[in-house]
Amino acid sequence: MRSIVAGILLLIGTPAFAGTQVEEGRYQAVLGDCAGCHGKDLAGGVVLQTPFGRLVTPNITPDRQTGIGGYSSADFRAAMKTGYARGKPLYPAMPYVNYARMPDKDVDALFAYLKTVKPVRHAVNVNQLRFPYNWRFLMRLWNLVFFHTRAPAPSNHGAAWMRGEYLVNGPGHCGTCHTGKNLFGADSGPALGGALLQGWFAPDLGGDGMTGLGGWQVSDVVAYLKTGRNGHSIASGPMAESVENSTTAMTDSDLEAIAVYLKKLPPPAARARQNLDDVEQMKRGARIYRVNCSACHGLDARGEGPLVPPLTGNAVVNQASADTLVRLVLAGSQAAGTKWAPTRPAMPSLAWRLNDKQVADVLTYVRGNWGNRAAPVAAGTVGDIRAALQGGR
Amino acid sequence: MARLLPKKDAVIIGLGWTGAILAQQLTEAGLDVVAIERGPWRDTATDFNIGYMQDELRYAIRKDLFLNPVLEAMTMRNRPDQTALPMRDYGSFLPGHGVGGAGVHWNGKTWRFWESDFQIHTHLTRRYGANKIRGLQLQDWGVTWDEIEPSFDAFEYLCGISGKAGNIQGALQPGGNPFESPRAREYPNPPLKTGYPPMLFDKVAREMGYHPFPQPTANLSRPYVNPLGIAMGECTYCGFCERFGCANYSKASAQTTILPVLMTKPNFEARTECEVLKVNLTADRKAAKSVTYVDARGVEYEQPGEMVLICAYSLMNVRMMLLSGIGTQYDPATGKGNVGRNYCYQTSCGARLFLEGKHLNPFIASGGMGRTIDDFNGDGFDHSHLNFVGGAGISCDPSNGRPIGYRPTPPGTPRWGAGWKKGTVEGYQNAMNIGAQGSSYPVRENYLDLDPAYSDRHGRPLLRITFSFPDNDVAMSHYMSDQLEKIAKAFNPKSYSVARIQKDWNSVPYQSTHNTGGAIMGENPRTSAVNKYLQSWDVPNVFVIGASAFAHNAGMNPTGTVGALAFWAAKAITEKYIKHPGALVHA
Repeated sequence: MRSIVAGILLLIGTPAFAGTQVEEGRYQAVLGDCAGCHGKDLAGGVVLQTPFGRLVTPNITPDRQTGIGGYSSADFRAAMKTGYARGKPLYPAMPYVNYARMPDKDVDALFAYLKTVKPVRHAVNVNQLRFPYNWRFLMRLWNLVFFHTRAPAPSNHGAAWMRGEYLVNGPGHCGTCHTGKNLFGADSGPALGGALLQGWFAPDLGGDGMTGLGGWQVSDVVAYLKTGRNGHSIASGPMAESVENSTTAMTDSDLEAIAVYLKKLPPPAARARQNLDDVEQMKRGARIYRVNCSACHGLDARGEGPLVPPLTGNAVVNQASADTLVRLVLAGSQAAGTKWAPTRPAMPSLAWRLNDKQVADVLTYVRGNWGNRAAPVAAGTVGDIRAALQGGR
Repeated sequence: MARLLPKKDAVIIGLGWTGAILAQQLTEAGLDVVAIERGPWRDTATDFNIGYMQDELRYAIRKDLFLNPVLEAMTMRNRPDQTALPMRDYGSFLPGHGVGGAGVHWNGKTWRFWESDFQIHTHLTRRYGANKIRGLQLQDWGVTWDEIEPSFDAFEYLCGISGKAGNIQGALQPGGNPFESPRAREYPNPPLKTGYPPMLFDKVAREMGYHPFPQPTANLSRPYVNPLGIAMGECTYCGFCERFGCANYSKASAQTTILPVLMTKPNFEARTECEVLKVNLTADRKAAKSVTYVDARGVEYEQPGEMVLICAYSLMNVRMMLLSGIGTQYDPATGKGNVGRNYCYQTSCGARLFLEGKHLNPFIASGGMGRTIDDFNGDGFDHSHLNFVGGAGISCDPSNGRPIGYRPTPPGTPRWGAGWKKGTVEGYQNAMNIGAQGSSYPVRENYLDLDPAYSDRHGRPLLRITFSFPDNDVAMSHYMSDQLEKIAKAFNPKSYSVARIQKDWNSVPYQSTHNTGGAIMGENPRTSAVNKYLQSWDVPNVFVIGASAFAHNAGMNPTGTVGALAFWAAKAITEKYIKHPGALVHA
């Protein structure tokens, strides 16, 4: 396939009839980021690496044999809002816990839209989980314990906040990545406080000035979600996909609502600041930074406009977990590309060039310099992530 | 039997600079476009890694990004009475390969040819009389300055060229090139910072009464967002431009200025590692109906199209026309035939000075951070009492101080051993180079055709280059060597040497990848292959875009003019041709 590089189709399917319900449903697909897990053509087959094994996303095109062509709208509602696909329990990687918040009208519109998508014949073996998680009926128990549709919190923040709260915790299902999970894969710990998933640490979205969105204005959040970048950061990794598939196509008023809500998240409990006194490690890191990083990120770590993110005042740098940073250095990553910022600049892979200790040194330097105050990185952590990447995870 | 594919509005052969520009402009106009590229997909993110891009051995010595002669070689000879032999390796020039073409590994110098170039025959005849250019096959290009100027502007703003205007709408600008033709507005970005050698050159040239100015270049002096919304970064002066892809998003190329937008369009498709064998014509040979290509697995396809745009490297454009029977082969004996004529090159010479005690730090470099004087370029000076026409841009433009390739030693230094080591250590910091990049004017016996003996892996005849430097150009170049010597002496160097050109072209040492002509634009279908819109006179749904259209080569790097011609042709196609397909000029 490398020999054929096709232009990417940005729009999914064809508007068979431009009915308002279908158009409304198309927008619901944007809000729910269906393409993020089910693929751009919605034919599924995307592998989700979970702590319980591999889940492969199903085909949700209207193909009768391999997709949801045989579904009634009641079937679809049940799948979206109760987690049962024609009586069979779904795994909660499908965020029905969140989609349960959606009004029936919106779910019906989404279904109407999905019926207009080009049917793709693509059979998927969904359940590749390890024993005993591959026992689907266990999910009935999970639902009993963990699935409680939360009523919207009482409104004392105004209409924008209400809308934002709904988008973030409802169709947007931001917590799927950004909220920590317990042993059973259910939300645990501070909501949107950051979490490790598939080798990436989805950052804290709380109000902390270092690790969260404390230093961002509402307009910064909107710019990030709409264009893929702002003066603090550039979306890459799984968030680049979320921006490209979902947030860039949201309306400005919805993005603003999300920003208003996120900006009012309570700041986390004060964290103990790390002590960074290994002067020798910092010196080694500074040398490595100068040679390998400074040409793009700058000796002052201010980055370069829309191409290279700054490393100062950048929450990704300051997360409690350094997993994302280590991964970026070892494997590289490409930024989101949107209509407003189409460049898609990339951080190159440096795995072949820096050993575990060097990566640990340079990241410790980055995390402890220019006002950053995050924990040092151990060479062992780098080694584990390198091994995981080499294992194809 | 080739597999027949669904028809496209436009089929583009080659996805380099011109192919990408045409694809962008035509898809903007709503056409369904496919680009078929022989080489691999290449992108900054995946192929020009900052961590290994500065690998001189891989890229500069082993030529990783260039066309491998096993895919396409050429034969060469100096005169028509000789038997041409195949070049087993590319040396004198290095064609590009893959997406972005030679625009990936260029230095970035982005000149505009002058008003007098586009009407060179009219201009020189009027100024000096017809006798002055007897023996030269100089022709007007068919396009005028006022027509083409907006296309130069479009290309410069696409690339974010760094430079200083010398003439804005007729008003001379301090610090710019006073010899350039009037431009509508200033460059999008200010000139690059410069190195120590060009600063010294600037000072000496100014003292001699010349007019030095910063080279216009596609290496960016500051962050820039181009009209397509694509962001580029500031040049880091790493000295790895020519022969390398830029890892910093700092050098304009199809990758850094067009592809991020083009590749997301639903009405565009790029097929890489697919080699077009020929353009297929209708039975009456008056229209192209499709192209035949082979993919990486050897499967043959026929891709029909309403129009075919030949956008490969200049020499390959000419070969594609000849292999497809578009136009008629030029014959130097009779002067008849419109394809293969006016093949030109670049007529260059240089001086090397050794300045004792200086630390010139050649590793601080960029492809276009030099200083130039155009006091001896084109017809910017009076040729009345000289035995030639044409000229050269004289520049001090260090582009690199790379450890393998850049080992200047003073004259008399041993070629090996301790003496060489000592010389190379001193020479690295002391050596300064000044070059004269001269024009190349067409003569009857320099031309391109298909080789009668040698063929490629598909059995197609190779292109044959017949070229030696014309007497006019040799005289011009010797005059430039004299000027270089005067300038060199003004530095009071410890030692210096001045190179002089030989009449016979040697295809082995690198000289320049500025091969031009062969499918030239013009006013007359008997003496040009394409009209002023780069449309084939013979097959009007074929456009041939690139330096192949240059009716002569000037004393400047060609890419600025190539880019302008691409925008110019795209404008003609989108504004005229698609509304009324057919010949845009009736001879």
